[in-house]
Amino acid sequence: MKIRKKLRVSEEIPTCSMADIAFLLIIFFLVTTTMNMDKGLGLVLPGFGEQKRVRKTQICNVWVNAAGSVMVGGEIMEISKIKGEIKRRLAENEKLIVSLKTDKESQYGTFIEVLDQLKLAEAPVISLAVPD
Amino acid sequence: MKFTSKAKVTEKIPTASMADIAFLLLIFFMLSTVFKQYQGLPIQLPRAQKTQKIETKRNITHVWTTAQGRVAIDDMLVDIPSIRTIMYNKRVVNPKIIVSLKTDWRARYGVVADVMEELKRADALRVNFATERKR
Repeated sequence: MKIRKKLRVSEEIPTCSMADIAFLLIIFFLVTTTMNMDKGLGLVLPGFGEQKRVRKTQICNVWVNAAGSVMVGGEIMEISKIKGEIKRRLAENEKLIVSLKTDKESQYGTFIEVLDQLKLAEAPVISLAVPD
Repeated sequence: MKFTSKAKVTEKIPTASMADIAFLLLIFFMLSTVFKQYQGLPIQLPRAQKTQKIETKRNITHVWTTAQGRVAIDDMLVDIPSIRTIMYNKRVVNPKIIVSLKTDWRARYGVVADVMEELKRADALRVNFATERKR
């Protein structure tokens, strides 16, 4: 009578590459995680008491009143149209300085919307006039 | 003449437990890291299309302004005239400072103008109006 040989099966799960898999996962999560970064509209203020004399023709005044309506160079317009208007004026005069004067009682949100429009129009110099 | 036989030295550094050490370090740093929990004053940021990320994270000081006009610097309530001294001291320590103005969109512009005037006096001239990205 023949006795059959038992098949030898290794009982161990290979663990040598487990660390590699774990590191792969770590790197995947490291790459896909985004920290919340600070973001916003950047601006450099002028120094205190620093005043420059410029010609009136180079300045474009943008006024924001307490009710939230906006006037660009003498005419009232919707906020969404400021970008086009400033771009048109910039095409005429490259060195245009945009002076943004906001009433003390107006809402900060309106101010940001107007500033955003000026940034979108890529105005090179934006000056924030001090409200009286 | 006799030659002394060379002693056999194993050349391999055992690397089997390197992963364990790395994980141990990783777990240690994970446990010892504390994220900042407190997020200043409760505000709703305005939205802007041209929102850009600030390139550094270290030189930023946050100035919070609520809709009611309360101002806080780095999680501390302050009144507007004292901003000058606080910011001036910060600027002396770090001249590259960027002030991130986190202001509620319902706030009065007058408060922000006052804050900016103080920043001008403190010579902290790089400001950033914090906004959310508008799509």
